[in-house]
Amino acid sequence: MNLTLKIWRQKNKDDKGKLVDYKINEVSPDMSFLEMLDVLNEQLINKGEDPVAFDHDCREGICGMCSLFINGQAHGPDRGITTCQLHMRMFKDEDTIFIEPFRATAFPVIKDLVVDRTSFDRIQHAGGFISVNTSGNTIDANAIPVNKHDADEAFEAATCIGCGACVASCKNSSAMLFVGAKVSQFALLPQGKVEATDRVLNMVKQMDEEGFGNCTNTGACEIECPKGISLENIARMNREYLSASLKG
Amino acid sequence: MALDSKIPKGPIADKWTNYKNHIDLVNPANKRNIDVIVVGTGLAGGSAAATLAELGYNVKAFCFQDSPRRAHSIAAQGGINAAKNYQGDGDSTYRLFYDTVKGGDYRSREANVYRLAEVSANIIDQCVAQGVPFAREYGGLLDNRSFGGVLVSRTFYAAGQTGQQLLLGAYSAMNRQIGRGKIKMYNRHEMLDVVVVGGKARGIITRNLITGEIERHSAHAVVLGTGGYGNVFFLSTNAMGSNVTAAWKAHKRGAYFANPCYTQIHPTCIPVSGDHQSKLTLMSESLRNDGRIWVPKKMEDVLAIRNKTLKPKDLAEEDRDYYLERRYPAFGNLVPRDVASRAAKERCDAGFGVNATGEAVFLDFASAITRYGKEQATVRHLDVNDAALVKKLGQEVVKNKYGNLFQMYEKIVDQDPYETPMMIYPAVHYTMGGVWVDYNLMTTVPGLYCIGEANFSDHGANRLGASALMQGLADGYFVLPYTIGDYLSKDIRTGKIPTNTPEFDEAEKNVRDRINHLINNNGTHSVDHFHKKLGKIMWDKVGMSRNAQGLKEAISEIKALREEFWKDVKVPGTNEEFNEELAKAGRVADFLELGELFAKDALMREESCGGHFREESVEQDGEQKGEAKRDDENFAFVAAWEYKGEPSDAVLHKEELEFVDIELKQRSYK
Repeated sequence: MNLTLKIWRQKNKDDKGKLVDYKINEVSPDMSFLEMLDVLNEQLINKGEDPVAFDHDCREGICGMCSLFINGQAHGPDRGITTCQLHMRMFKDEDTIFIEPFRATAFPVIKDLVVDRTSFDRIQHAGGFISVNTSGNTIDANAIPVNKHDADEAFEAATCIGCGACVASCKNSSAMLFVGAKVSQFALLPQGKVEATDRVLNMVKQMDEEGFGNCTNTGACEIECPKGISLENIARMNREYLSASLKG
Repeated sequence: MALDSKIPKGPIADKWTNYKNHIDLVNPANKRNIDVIVVGTGLAGGSAAATLAELGYNVKAFCFQDSPRRAHSIAAQGGINAAKNYQGDGDSTYRLFYDTVKGGDYRSREANVYRLAEVSANIIDQCVAQGVPFAREYGGLLDNRSFGGVLVSRTFYAAGQTGQQLLLGAYSAMNRQIGRGKIKMYNRHEMLDVVVVGGKARGIITRNLITGEIERHSAHAVVLGTGGYGNVFFLSTNAMGSNVTAAWKAHKRGAYFANPCYTQIHPTCIPVSGDHQSKLTLMSESLRNDGRIWVPKKMEDVLAIRNKTLKPKDLAEEDRDYYLERRYPAFGNLVPRDVASRAAKERCDAGFGVNATGEAVFLDFASAITRYGKEQATVRHLDVNDAALVKKLGQEVVKNKYGNLFQMYEKIVDQDPYETPMMIYPAVHYTMGGVWVDYNLMTTVPGLYCIGEANFSDHGANRLGASALMQGLADGYFVLPYTIGDYLSKDIRTGKIPTNTPEFDEAEKNVRDRINHLINNNGTHSVDHFHKKLGKIMWDKVGMSRNAQGLKEAISEIKALREEFWKDVKVPGTNEEFNEELAKAGRVADFLELGELFAKDALMREESCGGHFREESVEQDGEQKGEAKRDDENFAFVAAWEYKGEPSDAVLHKEELEFVDIELKQRSYK
């Protein structure tokens, strides 16, 4: 395949940035999208140009490091995958592909397609944990039976990889799906119930301070989430938040 | 320097308890005056950082990723072992210890492995308390599965994402301490040197990967939990950023590097699809619980499958060679990883590979789908003879167990593994070798510790499935926090370590000189060009099967490639910016040194053991004919290499391995 790429280039966080056109030829349909970018970068380096900066690490859809807004969609056109799992067989010969960073006030661009998502970490610092020491002197694991349905739902919520696709896809740059998933994981488990009130209040407060927007229930986040995290998690967080506020 | 493993005296079952009862402790007020650096935030580093902070030390933690949650432990799929014996199937601390030593082909240190088995059960308690959502049965209790090389079900799991869930557990424990100010977290920072002051590790030099700033950080002790070096092969299941740099810098500052040639080639990975390939994807070993591995018996069927004139699912049972079940009836498809990988290579080398490159075998779920389907039909009082219904019910069960792995496979290969068998081939996955440590997990540099995959200690020459997660968390949560306290108890009067000393000056200058060289080199080839060349030498000559001639060639080829790299590598841009090529160049430069030591170690070890297979050392006759032949008389030792400049000058030190509680015997899975 021969393709035209329109890639966002921005030298650093203060640079204004712009889309730049690149031609790339002989792309194999079996290549992953990031391998296609590897080939482009190899060509740029050989020509003495600056390669395109993008985040990536595990390249198997689990670490959450890769991002990219491809043709207007977080992680590109396919469903239920991250950009590193996107393959070029999803595109056609002579296609033009727009490649931009995840955009949100709370995700400032570092360079080109690389953004700063430490706002997510700070929300987790505010309450994304159960306060138990790691001494190992806890009760036996099987002393806390958990209803299988709840355990499975908690697991589903916990599969969030923290990539930020939900924020990038939301017209308000809301982080409700991300925060809702973490709040839900712990709210569904007996171990997490003890601190549920403080957790939801603190995490939501931090989320607001980071500059994420509000949720207006358009559901774009759920559709673009590579792990299929469900909107139910937002509803559950809202319930948790309401009851915590009444208690507080 | 003579190696002292500092194994406590006494019976093996009492060593750890006695040790803990007699070490020096640091009182809580003094802990507040002691700083510890932890490099790497995977299961080992993350759990260590959290625990040390809970104990009261001031922790500085570093990772090169944009968040500690992204360390490569996250990619572990299948599970974590623990001797809980919840299934009542005969498991015990001793049996886990025995399986691990045997699985490691009797090349690990008994005392360390016993301690690992001993603390394993606690890990599960700890993780459940943290809210890790392990798989459960309908009664609400924890579920288990079994893994290769063992005869019990002791593996705890969270679908095919166990590593992710355990890492998020450790990350949450870290977050609690970051929120309290007890951990200062440095994301997107890479460690580029260890600073040794007065013979003790007292700090590190890092590069901020966003700004390029070179920073000095001091502490009373330094802990490396920086993972393995599988990326020396270029293609591996490791993340793109996984590297040996931190461990290698430690080695250059005096830490011995042990058994570098012990590499695990994992049998079930997705085969290479072309020259553009940047990494390989693992399909969890847990799939071997239910998948059966085969190639056709007849060459004409192999060719028909390759030409796509025959669909693999249409090949009759009697024309299939389930070669693991044939060769190893006792363990079948659940033989350890090294055995399964070599068996796949043997079939493919004989011409029976089932894809276009001839390097793939089938992993087939058809019989598991039928078996589960019939079971479900029986439970639900439905017709067990309705083939379509049975298939549908069976597929649901398989989807529940391995759904995300099947999806991953389909996205990469564009084939539906519920309908046609998966194609798999071995790939580099884990490195058992690493920085040498004593029983305290301290390297040969006082105050410098090494934990998790980065050290060498627990897996001998081959690691069993679901044991990497166990070791990472055991080291970080339960072992290091004790052993480091004993060392730090002598540091309560030291006070803050200054960074304006000649030792920091020298280390920083080293780092800067090297970066300047790389940036100003203006060569003609990219970093990847050299990395791929190194990977090819490693895979062809230091891979699944090794011989003296190939290893000697590899040593001289890697040396030549290293010289070429320093003359001709091209790194665009400057230091003072986000520059991934520069970061990669530094890592590949270290791989080019490690690779040579790796081959040298493999050449020295004239026996076959675990993942290290020397063609010169195979059984000549009897039931084990053709299997790997270990040489306990001459090679029952840990090879710890001391840095002396060029890798060719490295000096070998031997730690003799003593087997008191387990009898040395040939590993048989027949």
